[in-house]
Amino acid sequence: MDEILSGTENFDCDVLVIGGGTAGPMAAYRAKVKNPDAKVVLLEKANVKRSGAISMGMDGLNNTVIPGHATPEQYTKEITVANDGIVNQKAVYKYAQNCYSIIQELDKFGIRFQKDENGEYDVKKVHHMGTYVLPMPNGETVKKALYRQLRRVRVLISNRFMATRLLKGKDGRIAGAIAVNTRNATFLTIRAKSVILCMGAAGRLGLPTSGYLFGTYENAANSGDGYAMAYHAGAELSNLECFQINPLIKDYNGPACAYVAGPFGGYTANNEGMRFIECDYWSGQMMQEFYNELMSGKGPVFLKLDHLHNETIDEIEDILHRVERPTRERFHTRRGTDYHNEMIEMHISEIGFCSGHSASGVSVDEFARTTVPGLYAAGDMASVPHNYMLGAFTNGATAGEDAIDFATEHDYADFDEGQVVAEMERVLAPTKREDGIPPNQIEYKTRRLVNDYLQPPKVTRKFQLGQQRFAEVREDAEQMVARNAHELMRAMEAYSVLDCADMAAYSSLFRTESRWGLYHNRVDYPERDNENWFCFTQLYKDSAGKMACRKQDVDPYIVEIDDSERYAYDNQRIQAGD
Amino acid sequence: MPLANTPTTVPVVVDEQKCIAEKGCTVCVDVCPLDVLRISEETGKAYMRYDECWYCMPCEADCPTGAVTVNIPYLLR
Repeated sequence: MDEILSGTENFDCDVLVIGGGTAGPMAAYRAKVKNPDAKVVLLEKANVKRSGAISMGMDGLNNTVIPGHATPEQYTKEITVANDGIVNQKAVYKYAQNCYSIIQELDKFGIRFQKDENGEYDVKKVHHMGTYVLPMPNGETVKKALYRQLRRVRVLISNRFMATRLLKGKDGRIAGAIAVNTRNATFLTIRAKSVILCMGAAGRLGLPTSGYLFGTYENAANSGDGYAMAYHAGAELSNLECFQINPLIKDYNGPACAYVAGPFGGYTANNEGMRFIECDYWSGQMMQEFYNELMSGKGPVFLKLDHLHNETIDEIEDILHRVERPTRERFHTRRGTDYHNEMIEMHISEIGFCSGHSASGVSVDEFARTTVPGLYAAGDMASVPHNYMLGAFTNGATAGEDAIDFATEHDYADFDEGQVVAEMERVLAPTKREDGIPPNQIEYKTRRLVNDYLQPPKVTRKFQLGQQRFAEVREDAEQMVARNAHELMRAMEAYSVLDCADMAAYSSLFRTESRWGLYHNRVDYPERDNENWFCFTQLYKDSAGKMACRKQDVDPYIVEIDDSERYAYDNQRIQAGD
Repeated sequence: MPLANTPTTVPVVVDEQKCIAEKGCTVCVDVCPLDVLRISEETGKAYMRYDECWYCMPCEADCPTGAVTVNIPYLLR
C-alpha cells in the first residue's frame, strides 16, 4: 500500500492550474470558457471534489460589493485603511468592480445567497465602515456546484499529484511544473505555456495549542507549498511579515464566527461578559486588542451568545454546525458546552500566511500576474489583501482569463531538462534512506520552533535564534526518511513548512517598525514609521540563491483616503464610559 | 536511528457492517483532503491508516451507506 514505484509521464497543456480548492477551479473554468479549444489542466494534491479551505462549504461571502449596499470606492477605502495603507489599490479596486458579476455567476451555478423579503441580497454589516457580508444558507453545496461546471466545460483534472517545483524557461518565462503522485511516487512533468498557482494558505506554519499537527485553522492540506514553489522559481512575495492570526474557538480551532453571529447580536467578550473591541472584523489592530485582553486579568476571551433569544441562538447554531466546519457540534457536545447557557472560550490561532484574512502572499498585480512572466497566483496565497472566498473566485477568474491570453500569445518556453532530473533526485532522496528522521518529527520541530520564536509580539533576538534553529532542522532534514509515497508527500510538505518559517523570520526582521497591529508587532521597534516603512516588503531569492528583501513603493492611490478615515481601524478598544 | 511506532487513537471510525468497500466503493478514500483513509487488504473495509485528520467530514458526509463517523481528535477534545 502506497508503495513507491518508479515512473515518469510527460504531459503538455496550454494552461496549468495548480490547486483545485476555490481560486483554482474558477481559474481553470474561466480559461477554458474563454478558449474552449485550449488544453486546461487542473492539478490537485488531494481531490478537487473536496479539496481546499471550502472542503465542506462556506457560511457566507465576507466581502461582497453589491450595488445599493457598497461601492468599489468605499470597499477599496475600507481595505486600504484596515491594512494601514499598504495595499495595491488597483488590485483591490478591480476585485471590488468584478466581484458582483462573480456572485451572479455563482448564483447561476446553483449556489444560493440570502435574500430579503423583496428578493434583494440580504447584506450584513460586520466591517468597521461598510456593509459587505452576504450569508449563504446552502453554502455546503459550493464544491459540488463548482465540480459540475468543471466537468461540463471539460477541464482536465488530475488528482493526487503534488506539485513540488516549477520549471523555468531559459528566457525567464514559466515553462511548466513537476509533480509527484501521492499514492505511488511516480512523476509527472507538465509543460505549460502559462501556470496559475492556487495552492492556498500556509496553514501548517505555527503549531496549534492542542499540539495536534493537523488541528490547524486552515485546511491542514495547505502546507504552504505554493509560497515555497513561487520563491524557488524566483517570484517575489509581499509583506510576509504581516502574519495571519485569527480569533478562534479554543482547541477546536475553528472560526468563532463573529461574522455569522455578529449580525444576530453575538459578540466577543472578556471574562466579565463585556465587549472590549469596537468591531469584530478581523484586522491586525483587532487581534492586538484580543491578545491584550487574553493576557490580562480580564482574560480569557469568549464568544458570547447566551444573552440572545433561544430561537436566535438556534438559528446561529444551525449555520455554525452545518456549513463550514460541521464537526464543531461534536466538539461542544463532548465538552458539554452550549451557546444557550454560557460563553464559549476563544483563543488566538497559530501563525500562518494567508491573504484571505491578512495581506501577505505571492506578489501579484491587478491581472493576478506574478513577477515571473507567464506565472500567476490567486486565492489565499496571492497578495491581494483580505480577499476571502469571493476574492479567490474573482481573482481566480481574472488569472484564468489573463493566463489563457498569455498561452495564446506564447509558445512553450525552452527549458533545461537538468531541472527535471535534479528535482526528481531531490524529491526521491528520503525514499533512498534505510532509516533516519520521519517527516512528522521534522515538521513538529519546525512548527514548535515557529511558536517559540516567531509568534508575536516579535523580538529581534528571538527571531535570530529561530533562524539558527531552523537552519539546524534544515540540516537534519537531509536525514529525512519516507517509507512510502504518503510519507514522501509529508516529507515534501515539511520542506514547504521550513521554507515558510524561514521567509516569515526573514521578512519580519527586515521591517524595522511595527505595523498591522499584532501581525507585525515588533516590541523593539514599537512605533509605526511611515517615513521609512510606508512600502511593501518584497522577499525573493537573489542571484546567489540566498533569501533577500527589498522595499517597494506603494503606487499612488486611485481612491483617496480622507484624513478623518485614515485611522478608523487604529482605535479598536472600547474606551471606558462608552 | 531505527524507527519506533507510537500508538494513537484515530478520530475516523468505520462501521464494518455498513461499509461496502469490498464491492469497489472508495468514496471516503477519494474525498479526504489529507488522504489518510485506505481500504484494508485484510478486511476489505475502509479504515484510517494515518492519524492526520482535519476533522472536516467529507468522508462521513459523502459515504453512501452512513458507515463513517468523524470524531474530534483526542488531543483537541
